[in-house]
Amino acid sequence: MTFVEFLQQLINGLSLGSVYALIALGYTMVYGIIGLINFAHCDIYMVGAYIGFFAATSLHLPFIPTLILAMAGAGIVGVLVERIAYRPLRKASNISLLITAMGVSLLLENGFNCIFGGDPRSYPHNILKQTNIELGPVHTDSLHLIILTTSLVLMVLLQIIIYRTKIGKAMRATSADKDAAALMGINVNATISATFAIGSALAGAAGVLVGILYNSIDPYMGIQPGIKAFTAAVFGGIGLIPGAFLGGLILGVIETFVTAWYSPLAGAIGFIILIIILIIKPSGLLGKKVSEKV
Amino acid sequence: MMKTYVKKLVAFLAASAVVFVVFSLLLSNGVINAYYKQIIMTVCINIILALSANLIINFTGQLTLGHSAFMAIGAYAAAAIYRVGLPFFFSLIFGSLVAALFGFLIGLPTLRLKGDYLAITTMGFCQIIVVVLQNIPQFGGAQGMTGIPADTTFAWVFFSMIITIIVLYHVVNSRQGRAMISVREDEIAAEAMGINTTHYKVMAFTLGAFFAGLAGGLYAFLMMFIEPTQFNYFKSMDLVIYVVLGGSGNFAGCIASTGILTLLPEVLRFLGNYRMVVYPLLLIIIMIMRAKNIRLSRLAGIFRRTGKEGDNNAAA
Repeated sequence: MTFVEFLQQLINGLSLGSVYALIALGYTMVYGIIGLINFAHCDIYMVGAYIGFFAATSLHLPFIPTLILAMAGAGIVGVLVERIAYRPLRKASNISLLITAMGVSLLLENGFNCIFGGDPRSYPHNILKQTNIELGPVHTDSLHLIILTTSLVLMVLLQIIIYRTKIGKAMRATSADKDAAALMGINVNATISATFAIGSALAGAAGVLVGILYNSIDPYMGIQPGIKAFTAAVFGGIGLIPGAFLGGLILGVIETFVTAWYSPLAGAIGFIILIIILIIKPSGLLGKKVSEKV
Repeated sequence: MMKTYVKKLVAFLAASAVVFVVFSLLLSNGVINAYYKQIIMTVCINIILALSANLIINFTGQLTLGHSAFMAIGAYAAAAIYRVGLPFFFSLIFGSLVAALFGFLIGLPTLRLKGDYLAITTMGFCQIIVVVLQNIPQFGGAQGMTGIPADTTFAWVFFSMIITIIVLYHVVNSRQGRAMISVREDEIAAEAMGINTTHYKVMAFTLGAFFAGLAGGLYAFLMMFIEPTQFNYFKSMDLVIYVVLGGSGNFAGCIASTGILTLLPEVLRFLGNYRMVVYPLLLIIIMIMRAKNIRLSRLAGIFRRTGKEGDNNAAA
């Protein structure tokens, strides 16, 4: 592999990784705040892709409004899922919540399959023009760069929301200690809803970006990226927002390189890395070791 | 103590013999047709799987999302060794032993992890095993393995299930079983009491893998065709659902919920495509009902006599 090829693969890897990071953020935020592996999150991503698809085909919206509409739609779906399925189980055991999440995941996948059919659909070609860009000797195309930029912009926005706004502060407080936060006058339910809304909106954006990049969406499109994004979240240290970001990017880059080198490994490489990391450092890349108290 | 135990065992064996004779008669008379026969056998295989997962998830308190990997290993190992020329019975045993070996090897490093980390790691192992199997051309790769004879009969499945129930029931009510339960209840306290928690976790994992491998072997020789994706993590999730809905630490509940949930998609077949929507919907409703303390295991209360654990809310 020459250096130029290396750079090209690196750009591909980073844009794939930024999509994983967008999805992983939702996993990690929800985990941080209610301790749930939200299995339905990858289907929110699929819902976002479908909303974007209908916005682009039926309403003929251009890229940015499509993206915003998909994010809003996915956010609403995420909040509804939390409100209807997860909130009644807030006090139940973790594993009941986990199974409910699996149920919601199946419901969304099979529901969309019933309503829209299982055939893959493709985004209109003119939504984003695909041009080749030459950065010195490195050839890449505009799609990868746009995806990378959009993801980065969204992640910066997320950082601003979390560290510079009141709701962000409430989210951090709730994830640190739900009861103490409630005693300080934070509306915990509203904060959890906001977390689901933001996480789901990011997943919705990822859905549109991937829908445009691979030009194919179907009701079960969320499963594979969902697993990988979750891996990324754990990889970086679940519950930690910078961890999800870093984990997503690293996973995307590694996966791209490994796939280029030996493609049969593509489906498993994420997990192999994950397992190695977890065995060496079980709390993830950025996770701190929490000492156990009796 | 000993007497009541022998009595219970005899009663259980007698009851299962009666059930077996009734089903065999119905099957040989054609009252139950081939289609339902296959479903009944699938129920039995799922019960073996669910009980083996039950040992790990409910009794030892380790959430595994990769149990179907051991089923896959058992299925492939049994089918492969059969080709070499081993008889059916020994192929099954070989498959189970290989699965148990993998359970041991995988359990040793991963069981240091806790909770969700363990869940995702086991899920990862499941995925890795599926990918590895897809890339072994001798096993047919992604197309799957064909030409496996239909050696699994109702008797094989049924008595494998009975043996699984008896063995696992014994394990759970033994010194080792109590050690496993103590790991579930409080790992730190168990360790303080001198229990080697890693040892018992790996033991539960290995034993669970053994029976999952057995179920896999039976499945391979029932379906006559296996492919790696049949054993991906969705299968593992199904198992977690069976086990959790059955109520924790409860054999009867686990058996009942596995039976009901395996049959449910068949019962809902009249809904056509919509059954795939109704099934998860029911699942969500059941979980919410459970949170409001309406439990499925209570419906299985009539079978409670075989499972003395009863309702134990403490786990999970």
